[in-house]
Amino acid sequence: MSAAPLTAQLSPGAGAFAIVVGAAIAFGAVPLFGSDYLMDAVLTPFLALALAAVGLNLLTGYAGQVSLGSAAFLAVGAYATYNLHLRLPQLSLIVDLVLAGLVAAAIGIVFGLPSLRLRGFYLAVSTLAAQFFVQWALTKFGWFSNDNPSGVIDAPVLSVAGVTFTSPAGRYVFSLSVVVVATFLTLRLLRSQSGRNFIAVRDHELAAKVIGVPLLRTKLLAFGVSSFLIGIAGALWAFAYLRTVEPAGFNLDRSFQILFIIIIGGLASLRGAFLGAAFIVVFPLILSRAGAALLGGVFDSGVLEMSQRIVVGMLIIAFLIAEPRGLIALWDRLWRVVTRPAAIRNT
Amino acid sequence: MFDYQFLIEVLVGGLLSGVMYSLVAIGFVLIYKTSGVLNFAQGAMLLFAALTFVSLVERAISFPLAFAITLAIMVVLGVSVERAVLRPLVNEPPITLFMATLGLSYVIEGAAQLLWGTQVHGLDIGISDVPLDIAGVFISRFDLFAATVAGSLVALFALFFRYTRTGLSFRAVADDPFAALAVGLRLPRVWASVWTASGIVALVAGLLWGARLGVQFSLSLVVLKALPVLVLGGFDSIAGAIIGGLLIGAIEKLAEVYVGPLFGGGIEAWAAYVVALVLLLVRPSGLFGQKLVERV
Amino acid sequence: MIKSRYLRVAFAAAVASVLAAAPAARADEQFFPLQSYRVGPYAAGGTGFFGGFIDYLNLINIRDGGVNGVKLTWDEGETQYEVERGVEVYERLKGRPGVAAWNPLSVGIAYAMIDRITKDKVPLITINHGRTDSTDGRVFPYVFPLLLNPYSETSGIVNYIASREGGVDKLKDKKIVVLYHGSPYGKETIPIYKLLADKYQFSLEQIEVPHPGNEQQSQWLSIRRAKPDYVVLRGWGVMNPVALKTAQKVGFPADHIIGNVWSNSEEDVIPAGDAAKGYIAITTQASGEQYPVLQEVIKTVYGAGKGNLDDKKRIGSVYHNLGIVNGILNVEAIRIAQAKFGKRTLTGDEVRWGFEHLQLDPARVEALGAKDLFHSINVTWDNHEGDGRVTFQQWDGGKWKVVSGWIAPDWAFLRPIIEKSAAAYAKEHGIKVRTSGDDPVSN
Repeated sequence: MSAAPLTAQLSPGAGAFAIVVGAAIAFGAVPLFGSDYLMDAVLTPFLALALAAVGLNLLTGYAGQVSLGSAAFLAVGAYATYNLHLRLPQLSLIVDLVLAGLVAAAIGIVFGLPSLRLRGFYLAVSTLAAQFFVQWALTKFGWFSNDNPSGVIDAPVLSVAGVTFTSPAGRYVFSLSVVVVATFLTLRLLRSQSGRNFIAVRDHELAAKVIGVPLLRTKLLAFGVSSFLIGIAGALWAFAYLRTVEPAGFNLDRSFQILFIIIIGGLASLRGAFLGAAFIVVFPLILSRAGAALLGGVFDSGVLEMSQRIVVGMLIIAFLIAEPRGLIALWDRLWRVVTRPAAIRNT
Repeated sequence: MFDYQFLIEVLVGGLLSGVMYSLVAIGFVLIYKTSGVLNFAQGAMLLFAALTFVSLVERAISFPLAFAITLAIMVVLGVSVERAVLRPLVNEPPITLFMATLGLSYVIEGAAQLLWGTQVHGLDIGISDVPLDIAGVFISRFDLFAATVAGSLVALFALFFRYTRTGLSFRAVADDPFAALAVGLRLPRVWASVWTASGIVALVAGLLWGARLGVQFSLSLVVLKALPVLVLGGFDSIAGAIIGGLLIGAIEKLAEVYVGPLFGGGIEAWAAYVVALVLLLVRPSGLFGQKLVERV
Repeated sequence: MIKSRYLRVAFAAAVASVLAAAPAARADEQFFPLQSYRVGPYAAGGTGFFGGFIDYLNLINIRDGGVNGVKLTWDEGETQYEVERGVEVYERLKGRPGVAAWNPLSVGIAYAMIDRITKDKVPLITINHGRTDSTDGRVFPYVFPLLLNPYSETSGIVNYIASREGGVDKLKDKKIVVLYHGSPYGKETIPIYKLLADKYQFSLEQIEVPHPGNEQQSQWLSIRRAKPDYVVLRGWGVMNPVALKTAQKVGFPADHIIGNVWSNSEEDVIPAGDAAKGYIAITTQASGEQYPVLQEVIKTVYGAGKGNLDDKKRIGSVYHNLGIVNGILNVEAIRIAQAKFGKRTLTGDEVRWGFEHLQLDPARVEALGAKDLFHSINVTWDNHEGDGRVTFQQWDGGKWKVVSGWIAPDWAFLRPIIEKSAAAYAKEHGIKVRTSGDDPVSN
C-alpha cells in the first residue's frame, strides 16, 4: 500500500465496464429516480466535500504536507465565484469556477510558502494563519459580499450556456460533472512526473532533493493544485448546496472535517476521499435517524445528539485502531476476497 | 504626546493574559514531549474538568473535596486514554494520532455535556477582580493570582522532573524512547503518568479560565489561543510555552491596540499566528524546540 | 462490506423519507418543524427558546384541545446551530403534512432558507433577529422578523440612552462605544449607529471583538482610554460574560453598559458573577413567571409532567419567555388565518396570510394572559416586523428587573433605509414587488 494503488485491481475490461455502469447510475438513474432529499441533502454535499478531500489528499496524502486551513480555501473559492459572477457577468459560470479555483490556488501558494522551512505540526499549525486571516478578511471588507449589510451572500443561478440547473437534480448533475472532470484531471496529474515528485517529497525530502526533484516547485505546485480543487469545491458547497454563504460556515471545524475524510477514507487514495466523504456525510444522518427512531420517545433530542457525538468519536478512534490505513484498505481487502484469482495474480 | 502609561498598561495586561495561554500550552507540551502527539483533546479535557468541578460545587460539595474528586476523575481519564487510545496506536504516524485525539475530544465533550448538561455556570473562586491601581496603571488582581498559580505549577513540574524517579524516566523517554525502553523503563507507565499530569494542568487551567469566561462549551475553544504559543515556543519545551505565552500575549494586545485601528480592528485572531509564522521562518522548531534531525 | 452496508441503509433511509413525504394528512393537525439546537456552544439559548415554544404549543393542546380543534404537532431536528445541518433538517421535514411555519432562531439557517421557503410558500419566522430588509413584506412575502429587527433594536437602544440622559437633545456631545462581535451579525448595525450619531450629534466609536471573544483585554483598555458615557454590547455567546468581567477589570461601571437582544439572557450574565450586577439590556419580552400565561404553563403543562425544560428554575427566563411569546405569535397567526380560511389544517400560504394580519393590541395581549410580558404587535402585508416595542431590564445579581417603560424605536426614520435595501435585493433576484396585500405572490 506504500505507493497506493490508484485504481482497483481490475482487468482493463472489467474496469471500463464498472465505469460505464457507475456513470449510468450516477448521471442517469439517480437524478431520474432519486428523491429531492437524497440529492439536495445527501449527494450534493457529499460531492462537494469529496472534491475538497481529493484536493487535501493531494497535498497531505501524496505530497505529505499537513494543512489545517482547508476551510479557508473553500471560502476563497466560494467568495471568488460570487464576485466574478457579480462583477464580470459576461463570463460563463464554468470560467468563473476555473478563475475562482485559480484565485484559491494563488492564496494557497502564498500560505504554502512556509512549507519550505517547516515540517509536521509546525506547518499544520501555521496553516491556521490562513484559516483565521481569510475568515477575518471576508468578514472585515464588505466589498467581498457586495456590501450586503449582514455580510451573507446569496447564490447566483447556476447556468451554463443557457442551461440552468435550478432543480435538486440539476444541481446534483452540475456538481457531479464538475467533480468528475476535476477528479479525472487530478488523476492525470498524479500519474505524471509531478505526481511522482509529490510522493518522493513525502517519503523522504532529502532523498528527493538528492535525486533532483525540485523541492520548491513541487511543494508549491502541491499547495496550488490542492487549493485550486478545494476552491472549486467551496463554490459547489456554497452555490450548489447551501445557496447562501457566510464566513462563519468555513470555520476550523470544517477544516477538521475534511482532514477526517481523508484519514478515514485512506491517505494517498482518491477513491479513499470519496469513501471517506460518504462516511462523514451519511453516517451521522443514519445515526441521528436511527437514534430518533429507536429512542426518540425516551430521550430528548439533546441527549440523543450528545450520545451520537460520543459514538462518532469512539468509532473514529476504533476505526483508526482497527484500520489506520482507512476505508480504502478495507475495501481493497474485501475486493481481493471477492476476486481471489485477481488478487493472486497481483501479489 | 505618546501615552506611555497606556502602553505600559497594555503591555502588562498582555503579559498577564499570556500566562493564561501558557497554562493551556503546558498541557500540550507534556504530552507532545513524551509521545509526539499533538493532543487536540486538551480543550475538551479542560472543559470536562471545569464542568465536573463546578457541577460538584453546585451540589453543595466543598471546594477542596470537589477539587480532589475532579482530580481523581482526571487521573482515571488520563490512564484510560493511555490504555484505550494511545497504546493501540503506538507507532502510527503522528497525523493518525492527532485525528484520534480529535475523536477523543468528541467523546469527552459529549460525555461532559451528557453528564452535567449544557447550562452555563458561573465559577467564583473567591478572587475579587477590582483592579489594583499602581501609579495610574490598572492591574487585575485575578490575573496576578492566575500568574502566581501558573508559576508555581511550572516550578512544581520542574522539581518533579528533576528529583523524582518518574520525572527522570519521563525525561529519558522524551529524550529517546528506544533507549528508554532498552534500559527497562516502562513506556506505558510513563505515558499514563504524563496524561495524568496533563489532566491536572487541564483542571487548573479549566478553573482559572472558567472563572474568567464562565464554565460553558466555549471553554474548549481556548486551545486556539495556545496553538500559536506552541509554535512560537516549540511543541516540546515547557520553558518555551512560558516565554511563548508571554510573547504572544504581549504582541497580540499591542498589535490590536496600535496596529489594529489601521485595519479597522479585530486582528487579534490572526496576528498571533502571523507573528509566530514569521519567527518560525527564522527558527523552524520554535524558540526552544528540539531541532529535528533527519536521518539519511 | 462497510460501504455496501451503509449504502443500503442510506438507500433505505432515502426511501423512507420519500414514503414519509407522501401526503397522509389527518385533517386536523398543524405541524411545526423545529430546527432546534440543544448541543454545542449555543445550547443554553436553544433549550430555553425551543423549550418555551414547545411548552406553549403543549398548553394550547392540553388546555384548548388545539387551535379551534386543530391539534398542534412538532418534530425536532438537531442543528447544533450549524447552517448545513439546518438545511438538512429543512429538506427532511419540509414534506411533512400541514407545515405551519419555520422558526429556526438562527441567522445563518434563516438566510439559507429564504429561497427555499419562498419557493415552497411557507412562512419563515425570525423573531427578534434575521435579515433587516425582510421587514419589507413587498419583497419578502414569506419572511417575518417579528417584533424587532436589528435596525429597530439599534434605534431602541439609542432612544433608551436618550431617555436616561433626559431627552434626545441631551445626546449631543455624549460619547458612545459600540463593542461588536466580529461576524456579519455583529457588523450589521455599524451604518445605523453612524446615522444615528450624525442625527443626534453624539460621538461614536465602534470596536470589534474577534470571534469567539474569550479575550478582550485590549478592547477594554481602548475603551478605558476613550472614556465613553455608555458602552453598547452587541455580543454573542461567551463574548458577553467576558465583556462584563473585563469591564470590571478596567473599572468601567456595569450600569453604563447596554446589551442588545443577543446579550440579554441569564446565560450571558451568570458566568460573569458579580461583574454583571447593574448591567442593563434591551428585550422585547420581560422575564419572570408572574404573568398569567406563564402560570398556566406551570400549572397545566408542567403539572401534567409534559414540561420541556429539565431545570424548572429556568421557567420564566429570557429565552424561555421568548419561546412562549414566539408560541403566542405563531398560534395567533393560525387562529387569525383560520377565521378566514376555515377551522382545518392550513397551507403554508394561508398561514402566511395569518401572519400578515397578526394584529394584537394591548387588550388582546392581556386577554392572552401576556400583559407586561410583551407590549403589542401590528403586522401588515408590507410591514413584517409589526412595530414591536422594547423595554430595558437590569440584572440585580439574581434576576432581571424591568427598569423602563415600553419604548418605541424610530420606525419612520428606518423605513426608507430598509426599503432601499429590499429594492436592491428585489432587483438582484428579479422579484416582482407586491403593491397590495392581495397580490398573488410570484415565484
